[in-house]
Amino acid sequence: MTENAYQVDTVSRATETPETEQPYAALGVKDDEYARIREILGRRPTSSELAMYSVMWSEHCSYKSSKVHLKQFGEKAPEVDFLLVGPGENAGVVDVGGDLAVTFKIESHNHPSYVEPYQGAATGVGGIVRDILTMGARPVAVLDPLRFGPADAADTHRVLPGVVRGIGGYGNSLGLPNIGGEVVFDACYSGNPLVNALSLGVLKKSEIKLARADGPGNRVVLFGARTGGDGIGGASVLASATFDEDKPSKRPSVQVGDPFMEKVLIECCLEIYAEDLVTGIQDLGAAGLSCATTELAAAGTGGMDVQLDLAPLRDATLVPEEILMSESQERMMAVVTPENLPRFFAICEKWDVIATVIGTVTDSGRLRMTWHGETIVDVDPRTLAHQGPVYERPYHRPEWQDSLQADVPDSARLERPKSGEQLRETVLRMIASPNLADKTWVLEQYDHRVRGNTVLAHGEDSGMLRLSEDGLGIALSTDGNGRYTKLDPYFGAQLALAEAYRNVAATGAKPLAVTDCLNFGSPEDPEVMWQFAEACRGLADACLELGTPVTGGNVSFYNQTGAEAIHPTPIIGVLGVIDDVARRTRSAFETEGEILLLLGETRDEFGGSEWAHVVHGHLGGLPPKLDLERERQLAEILIAGSRDGMLSAAHDLSDGGLVQAIAESCLRGGHGARVVLPSELDLGNIDPGDIDPGNIDPGNIDPFVALFSESAGRAVVAVPRSEELRFTDMCKFRGVPVARIGVVDGDALDVQDQFTIPLDELREAWTGTFPALFG
Amino acid sequence: MPARIGVVTFPGTQDDTDALRAARVVGAEPVPLWHRDPSLHDVDAVILPGGFSYGDYLRCGAIARFSPVMESVIAGAREGLPVLGICNGFQILCESHLLPGALIRNAGTLFINRDVKLRIGSTSTVWTSDYEVGQEILIPIKNGEGKFAADEHTLDELEAEGRIVARYVENPNGSARDIAGIANAAGNVVGLMPHPEHAIEELTGPYPGPATDGLAFFTSVLKQMVNA
Repeated sequence: MTENAYQVDTVSRATETPETEQPYAALGVKDDEYARIREILGRRPTSSELAMYSVMWSEHCSYKSSKVHLKQFGEKAPEVDFLLVGPGENAGVVDVGGDLAVTFKIESHNHPSYVEPYQGAATGVGGIVRDILTMGARPVAVLDPLRFGPADAADTHRVLPGVVRGIGGYGNSLGLPNIGGEVVFDACYSGNPLVNALSLGVLKKSEIKLARADGPGNRVVLFGARTGGDGIGGASVLASATFDEDKPSKRPSVQVGDPFMEKVLIECCLEIYAEDLVTGIQDLGAAGLSCATTELAAAGTGGMDVQLDLAPLRDATLVPEEILMSESQERMMAVVTPENLPRFFAICEKWDVIATVIGTVTDSGRLRMTWHGETIVDVDPRTLAHQGPVYERPYHRPEWQDSLQADVPDSARLERPKSGEQLRETVLRMIASPNLADKTWVLEQYDHRVRGNTVLAHGEDSGMLRLSEDGLGIALSTDGNGRYTKLDPYFGAQLALAEAYRNVAATGAKPLAVTDCLNFGSPEDPEVMWQFAEACRGLADACLELGTPVTGGNVSFYNQTGAEAIHPTPIIGVLGVIDDVARRTRSAFETEGEILLLLGETRDEFGGSEWAHVVHGHLGGLPPKLDLERERQLAEILIAGSRDGMLSAAHDLSDGGLVQAIAESCLRGGHGARVVLPSELDLGNIDPGDIDPGNIDPGNIDPFVALFSESAGRAVVAVPRSEELRFTDMCKFRGVPVARIGVVDGDALDVQDQFTIPLDELREAWTGTFPALFG
Repeated sequence: MPARIGVVTFPGTQDDTDALRAARVVGAEPVPLWHRDPSLHDVDAVILPGGFSYGDYLRCGAIARFSPVMESVIAGAREGLPVLGICNGFQILCESHLLPGALIRNAGTLFINRDVKLRIGSTSTVWTSDYEVGQEILIPIKNGEGKFAADEHTLDELEAEGRIVARYVENPNGSARDIAGIANAAGNVVGLMPHPEHAIEELTGPYPGPATDGLAFFTSVLKQMVNA
């Protein structure tokens, strides 16, 4: 391209040529939004300004459709004393005791991962890790909840292996242990896989960093990777209007990651933090330089002058609009005092990180950018960062919701296994089904050990890390159930929270705080919007009741193909704290002769269940009933049981019900179990008056219901015989039903009077599925 | 004065924290070493830890071997300095020609993180004297390019000279003759694909255990230093 082929659109040119047609619609800017931009500026925007408004006011950056619902997380937030930074920053920060804090957040990278599975998933990890780094923390873990189309679908075999390799390839190269997540299959995710990534970091409470550009005269430094042409969504449209058509601009719209660069950038930043050399810092993620400059300026003194032509480029032909929109990975922006600059640059040099002063903080209240001396941007940064459009999108309950809920999977609607032989076959079929089968094929591709602090990882109810040598640690679990949420968005979101909360407690940690990734279809569909509104309301209500505030998260809309939206899928991450990781509870049955106890009530609940899904391909009815107070009591029992050394194993009951949980605990520990189903046992030492008679009447629970129901608020635990009485007394005191259902014994799963499955046969069914599908 | 074990950090190194911890756990003084600094800071032994030095660009370990610190490590190793290369460190030792052979992409091509059983083949190296020949130990592997390859002559020579430090009981990646680790002729330089530094604590080691089978690599070298 020749120098003359591209004419830069300056502010003075924009003022002189008000009638110039601009391709705003193609950039996703609506008519009224464009009019608003002109009103704010008092002229037409320059093409650079238009590029910035288009990305900053996009759904992804501005939360314009979700804002009115998300604010409940603040309004209904429980009063807690441990929340150091709440929603709105790059990630929430929680006080975990001593001088330590942790920061954690979950994000989606769904669409890029469908287009280019490896790079999409890899840069999803990279992006969330930079958010954590930006808070001043050392990233120490990642978790990846994943959703795919049917396991046997051809496209799943394109997407899943690439996503898994991308997560491993990037996360392993950063030296971050992958300690949890999920792999779930459902036809609703065909064409719209969900690739969510959660990262967690550790920092000293006194060293929290914020994304603000304070102090006129301070320098704005861009450091890390050079800016390239990757990840420019929609910029090709700009190009067609004003750029030379011969230009080689066939660049990927999915960002391409370089984990080595990010690893070096992490170590470089941590060394810079340790010497307290920055007054503010921001990562370059979605909307790249546009977002970093406007957010830093808007949150700080208010003004910034930037010489955009100083940004180091990977491709010298990039024009300002592209540089502003590029989502090239592994870049950071820092605000540094002139006195600290030499030391800042020395550390960057040590790590071979390119750093360039590209601007200065001002008190002008304006974000001004120049390109070779000409002004191309002159805006109030708050209009970009905070004053974007807010939509009260219309929503209504779908007409089909009633008939969906009325389609109850009772024994008249769906045939249930009755004989012992039928139950045995069902157990083997269920445990081999893709959602319940062993995920070792996936998990072996992730490094869960690096940094040497991983106490629990995949296969346990939650991941757990040691934070300090005195034993202080954290636990993390992510959960979500799109089928439950489709049946009832309000309770579906609450059930996801309850499951993650229960999983954290099952390992002995106290649940503290929440991060959420809300994956939905199009907000322009009033029925999807109703699902979203209900899920937010449900989650906010449940967080208030459980005392676990939402600290941050992410909304991913437009997960739909044509009119077909995914099941509404809020993925909830719960963070817990444990004072001594040595007392963690595992899920494996390790000791012969120990007593198995079932905690909680079992009801005939199969709406949205794994059984209805696997055996009948059925989705209807209502999700399991939720009692948040019961969840809280159950969690306290699990935590106290760990603290007082009463528990040898604990496993939450969820997908697949009791028999799935027992089978997993048997297989992990290498010991069998003799199980007596609840229909044949008495209520032990529970006062019958404490029990809701409709729910645990032994006569009403047939073996099928006992084994496969997905009633919430339950766990199975193994206790030494010497602790049984003390433990059951505690349950009775707290009003949580407890039933003795068996003993750890032998090398088979034996359900009395029903069936016996040798562990070898069970293991073969459980572990064979993934290698057969993907190996 | 406790013995000093140095651990080199290259850009892209991941398991330096773990190697430093292993040194501390056995009672040595852990000493971080930096790739650009040619000084070994009077350490008594050096660990080249796992990771992806220089992003594994070109070939695993190919760039790291030219770093200033490696000149000193190579010179020291030739004079008897105990050097243990773990995973990427093993790859660097091969690239440095301190050890023969090469590590190539796993059979099956995937990254594998798994606890594997090893059988100790030699206790006459400074890093394995606390084991017994034939002893089976449980140590994690985690790599994408961990398949040991060498020509038949070299393999025969390694076997004849008793320089195969450990073999996989069940070969996970197609390594020639099940080789998991080898030593130089003098026995002071050992390269190991599995990660003994991830098997040193009950709390974080392989589950179900044994969880601390990796400790003896570090106690072995410590004894050599004390005896020296």
